[in-house]
Amino acid sequence: MFYLPPVIEPMQRSDANQSSEVNFDTLRAKLRAGGAEFWRSLENLADTAEFRRFVEAEFPSEAPRLLSAPDRRHFLKLMGASIALAGAAGCTRQPEEKLYPYAEQPEQIVAGKPLFYATAMPLSGVSTGLVVESHMGRPTKIEGNKQHPGSLGATDVFAQASILGLYDPDRSSTVRNAGAIRPWSAFVDWIEPRLQELDALGGKGLRILTGRVTSPTLGAQMKGLLEKLPNARWHQYEAISRDQARLASRLAFGREFDTRYHFENADVVLSLDGDFLSEGAGAVRYARDFASRRSADGERPMNRLYVVEPSPTNTGAMADHRLPVGGAEVEEVALAIAAELGLEARAPVGVEDHLPWIRAVARDLSKHQGSCVVVAGERQSAATQLLAHALNEKLGNVGSTVEYTEPVAVEPSLDVGSLQDLSDAMDRGEVKMLVILGANPVFDAPFDLEFEERMKRVPTRVHLGLHLDETAVLCQWHIPEAHFLEAWGDGRAFDGTASISQPLIAPLYDGKSALEMVALLGGNLEPNGYEILRDYWRQHLPQPFEDAWRRAIHDGVVAGTAFPPAVPNWSATLASVLPPRAADAAGIEVVFRSDPSVYDGRFANSGWLQELPRPLTRLTWENAIWVSPLDAEDLGVSSGDVLRVELEGRSVELPAWIVPGQAQGVVTLHLGYGRRRGGYVQDGTGVDVYPIRSSEGMWHAGGASLTRTGAVATLACTQDHHSMEGRDLVRVANVGDGHAHAGGHADDSHAEEEGGHGGGHPDTSLFPDVEYDGYAWGMTIDLNSCTGCNACVIACQSENNIPVVGKDQVAAGREMHWIRVDRYFSGDLDTPEIHHQPVPCMHCERAPCELVCPVNATVHSDEGLNDMVYNRCVGTRYCSNNCPYKVRRFNFFLYNDEEADIVKMAANPDVTIRSRGVMEKCTYCVQRISRTRIEAKKDGRRIRDGEIVTACQSVCPTEAIRFGDVNDPASQVSLAKASARNYSLLHELGTKPRTTYLSAMRNPNPEIEGV
Amino acid sequence: MSQIFRRSTNTISKVSIFGAIFLVAGGLYGLSVVNRSGYVTQANVAREQPVPFSHKHHAGELGIDCRYCHTSVEESASANIPATQICMNCHKEIWTDSPTLEPVRASYRSGEPIEWIKVHDLPDFVYFNHSIHVNKGVGCVTCHGRVDEMNLVHQEASLHMEWCLDCHRNPEKYVRPRETVFDLAWSAHDQETLGAILVEEYDIESRDDCSTCHR
Repeated sequence: MFYLPPVIEPMQRSDANQSSEVNFDTLRAKLRAGGAEFWRSLENLADTAEFRRFVEAEFPSEAPRLLSAPDRRHFLKLMGASIALAGAAGCTRQPEEKLYPYAEQPEQIVAGKPLFYATAMPLSGVSTGLVVESHMGRPTKIEGNKQHPGSLGATDVFAQASILGLYDPDRSSTVRNAGAIRPWSAFVDWIEPRLQELDALGGKGLRILTGRVTSPTLGAQMKGLLEKLPNARWHQYEAISRDQARLASRLAFGREFDTRYHFENADVVLSLDGDFLSEGAGAVRYARDFASRRSADGERPMNRLYVVEPSPTNTGAMADHRLPVGGAEVEEVALAIAAELGLEARAPVGVEDHLPWIRAVARDLSKHQGSCVVVAGERQSAATQLLAHALNEKLGNVGSTVEYTEPVAVEPSLDVGSLQDLSDAMDRGEVKMLVILGANPVFDAPFDLEFEERMKRVPTRVHLGLHLDETAVLCQWHIPEAHFLEAWGDGRAFDGTASISQPLIAPLYDGKSALEMVALLGGNLEPNGYEILRDYWRQHLPQPFEDAWRRAIHDGVVAGTAFPPAVPNWSATLASVLPPRAADAAGIEVVFRSDPSVYDGRFANSGWLQELPRPLTRLTWENAIWVSPLDAEDLGVSSGDVLRVELEGRSVELPAWIVPGQAQGVVTLHLGYGRRRGGYVQDGTGVDVYPIRSSEGMWHAGGASLTRTGAVATLACTQDHHSMEGRDLVRVANVGDGHAHAGGHADDSHAEEEGGHGGGHPDTSLFPDVEYDGYAWGMTIDLNSCTGCNACVIACQSENNIPVVGKDQVAAGREMHWIRVDRYFSGDLDTPEIHHQPVPCMHCERAPCELVCPVNATVHSDEGLNDMVYNRCVGTRYCSNNCPYKVRRFNFFLYNDEEADIVKMAANPDVTIRSRGVMEKCTYCVQRISRTRIEAKKDGRRIRDGEIVTACQSVCPTEAIRFGDVNDPASQVSLAKASARNYSLLHELGTKPRTTYLSAMRNPNPEIEGV
Repeated sequence: MSQIFRRSTNTISKVSIFGAIFLVAGGLYGLSVVNRSGYVTQANVAREQPVPFSHKHHAGELGIDCRYCHTSVEESASANIPATQICMNCHKEIWTDSPTLEPVRASYRSGEPIEWIKVHDLPDFVYFNHSIHVNKGVGCVTCHGRVDEMNLVHQEASLHMEWCLDCHRNPEKYVRPRETVFDLAWSAHDQETLGAILVEEYDIESRDDCSTCHR
C-alpha cells in the first residue's frame, strides 16, 4: 500500500573525490594511541561521518517514512482505516484445499515424518559424507554424516547449499542439439553409428574431459573404456588445481602421494599459505581436529598456530602469529625456516625483515619435534610444498602429525598438463569427438590454452552438465546432468574412505550421470547407473554381497576402505630436487583464490551462496580486488574505486576492497564470478578474472600493474550492518594471562564500571524473576573454536526457510540471515588480529523486544525461548529497534513468493514461510525442540542432553556451538557456561541473554610478542 | 425565524450519543459472532468429495477402527489420509463394479491420487501433531465429533485458537483413558474426577506457549 523508502541511501560513495574520508595516517595514529580495541571496518575505525550516519539511523533498513509528512488528519485516517481492515481481515474464510494421498503408499514413508538417508557430495573429486533429510520423497536439508571421516557430522557451506543447487530453477532441463530441444533417444540414435566408427578406429580421435575423479566405479569404467578404445584419451581438469602438490610429491618421492595431517597430535602448526581450516580436501575434518587442540581447558596444551600468507584467510584469522608476505615470498620464508633448522637448500632472498619472526618459529618447531606440523597450501609453489615435506621429515613429524597415503584420485595427472595436452591435440586437429563430462573449461581454463578457440575446431562436441553454461552453448549436443542428489555414484574421502552415494529423488529433468554417459560411450545404449555401480561393488565388497551392499549404502561409507599410511622414501636430496626460484617480476603481485562462496564458479547460480557474506570482507554478490591499506594509500584508492589490473598485457577491471592484513604489494582476486551463461541468479555478479590467469601463474603471478579507472562501484557489504556500536563484544585473552579479564567474572566489574544502564547492578530489575521449572534452553558459542566458515549461516537458512533478498536489498541492510558472523579486527592496520563472532538471537531472559511489541507477537515461553509469532506480527518493527543485538530481520517484501516454483521444493515443511510485513529471527530451531519434546513425551521420559541439535550446532565443523538445558547442571551447555571464559554480550544492559560466548584464547609465542 | 431543530432533536441526539456506545459494542459483538459462526469456520458444513465416502457406514456400521486407514495417527503429526491401496484392500473383493467407486479404481489403475477436499484445515502457520494428542488420551471424538455418525464428514469444532486453548488450559475437561481414545461412543460418567486423575497419571503438561503450535 505504501512505498517505504529507507531514510538513508545504502553505504556508498557518490563521487570519487570524496575518497579520503578514511585517512590512513589518522587511523594509524589512532591505533597507536590505543583508540579502538576492536573495529569492524575501516569506516568504523575512522568513525567517519558516513559510518555515524549509517549507525545512527538506528536501523537504516527499518527507518521508513510515509510519502508525505504525516499530519493529524492523515494519521487519524490511516488509523481508522487500519482498525477497520484489521477487523475485516479477521473474518476471512480459508480457501478450500485439497489432499493428495498416495495411490500406493511407499513402505517407509510415514506422512509428516522425515526420513534420513546417507549419501555423499563430490567436490573436485573428493567426497564428503552427508545425511539428507527427506520429506515425503523431497530432500530438504543436508546434514553431515557422523560416520564419515571427512565429515564427522559437520559440513561446509557448499554441501549445505547443494540442496538449493538441486532445485536451481536455471538447471538445464532437456537434451539439446545445436540449441534445439531433443529427446534423449535422439542423442542415442545419433551417437550409435559414431560409436561403431570409433570402435573400428580403436577410439582414435575420441577425447573425454572430466573433473578430478576419485570414484572407483567411474575409474574402472574409464579404464575399461580405454582398454576397449586404446586410442582414446582421458583428460581431467580442475581450476582449483592441486598440481603443485602433485609435482612436489613427484620430485620428493618419485611418484604421487597424498599428504594427510593429524592436527589432533600437533602442538605447533606452521601453515605456509595453507587455508587448511576451510579449503581443500578434508578441511571440515581438519577443522575439528585442529579445534580439539585449541582449548586451554583441555588435558593437552593448547596448540599454537603460525600462518604465513599473502592475504587473510580463515586459518590466518585463527593464527597466534600471522605473517603477511607475498605469494611468491612464502617460498623464501619456508627456505629461511628450513635454513634455520639446518636443512640444505637454497639461500632465502628478501626475508631479512622477518628474520626474528622466522627464528622464533624455527626454535618453536624444533622444540616440538614430532608434535608439530608444517602445512603448505596447495596453491603454493612446488618448492614450498617440497620444503614442507622436508621440514616435516626433519622434525620427525612423519608418522605422528603427517601421514602419506596412496593418491585418492583414480588417475593422478596434472590438471594443467592434461588440459594442455587436450588443447594442443585440438589445435593439431587430432580430436574428432570431444566429450566433456561435468567440466566447464571454456569458462575456467587458463587463458593461454585458448581453449574456446581450439574447441570450436573439434568436429563433434558433447557436453554433460548441470547448466547450459559457457561450454554447453559451444557444444552441438548438451545432455542435462543428474545432480548428485539424483544419481547413484561413489567417491572417496580425503583419506581414501569410499562412499556410495544414493539418490534422494528421481532425476527432476531426466538427467544422466557421468557413469551412465561413460557406459554409453562403451556401447551400452541403455545405461543404468545403479546397475553399473552395483556391478562394480559386487567384486569389491565382502561376501555375502547383499548384506555388505545394503550396509554400505545405509552407513554412507564402505567400512575399512581408508588408505593405510604409506612410507615414501626421498628419491634424492632436497637441494638436488628443489626447483629454482621463479624469475622475479617487478610490480604488483596478483594472487588468485578459489572463492569461499562460488568456488571456481560452479556455485555461482546459488542465491544462498551469493548472498552469504564472504568470511573476511563481508561482501556479498560479487568479488572485489583485495588491496592492502599501504597500497591503497599509495594509490589513493578507497574501497569501491574500480581498478584496472594489467597482467601480461591482459586486463580486468573490478572494484577495490581495502583488506587489513593483506600483504603489501599483493592484490588478491577471487575466481568464479562474472559467469556469462548458465543462470539468472549469477547474472551481473562480479567480474571474471580467469582472463588474466595463465597456466604459468595459476595461483600467483608477479609484474602486474594497477590503475584507477575513475569509476566507483557500489558493493553490497554487510560489515557495518547491525552494528552494536563498539561495546565490549569480542573478548580475547592470552594463555597464561589468567582468565580474569576474559571471562564471566569480568562481567560484574565491567558492569559496575559502566554503571549499568539504569545506574544500578545490571541484574537488578523491576520485573520479577521467572522460574523455569522444566527445561530452560540455552546456547554457548565458543569464539575460540569458531573459524568463521559461515556453515552455520547457510544451515540456518536451509532449515528455517530464510529467503534470499538480492544485492540491492543487502546494500540497504535488509539481509535476512538469522545468524550472522561478525568480523572484528584488532591491533595494527597492516597486521591485525582477526576475530569472528557468530550472533544469533540471544533469547534474553529480560528481552527488550518483548516489552515494546504492541500486539504481543514476541513473547517469552516457559522454557525461556523468546518466541516470535508471525501470525500476530503487524510489522511495527519496534522490537528490532529495541533489540541491542540487532538480530531481528524484517520482511520488507514478499521475498519468498518471488522464487520459482521449483525452489519451493527446498522449503522445510516444519517452518512457516513468512510473508511481507513480518518480523522474524532465530527461534533456537523451535521445530526441532518440538519434534524432540513430543517424542520424549510419548516415551514418557525427559529429553536427553544432546538430543536436540540446532541447525547451526549440527553443521559446525569445530563444535563451537552447544545447545541444551541450562537447568540441567550436567548438560554440555551448562558445563560450558560454568567455564571462566563464559560471558554474555552487552551484559551491562541486564538483558540476561540465554546465548552466551566463551571468550577466544590466543597462545602467543613470548619470543615474538613485540618483534 | 423558526427553530431549525425541533425540541425532540435534543432527546434524539442524547440518545444517539449514548446509544452509539451500544451500537459500536453491538457491532463488535456481532462481528465476533460472525467470526465464530459456521459461515466463517465452516463448521458443520459437509464437503462434497470425489467419492461420497461414508464414515458412518465404514467406522460406525462396519466398525472399522480409525487406525485401519489413518495409519500414522499414533506416531506422526499427520494422521495420514489412506492410500488408494487401502480402499482397494476390500474393494477388490466387494462392490467391485459400483459406479460410485470408479474414481477409486481409476486411481488404483493409474497411480494418480484421489483429490479429496480437506475438511479440517488449520491455517498454514499452525503446526498440529496428532500423535502426542492420542498418546496423551485425547480422543478422536473430542476434536472430530461423532465421525461414525456422519455420512459426509464435516468439521464439528470451530478450530479457533480459543477452542484449542480451552483444552490446553484445562485438559482434565477432555482427556480420557488411552484405551478409549478410538472409541467414539465412549463418555465418562464423571469427567472432572477422571480427568484430574488422568492428567496426573499421563503426566500431561499441555503447553500454551505460542511456539507450541506457531513456529
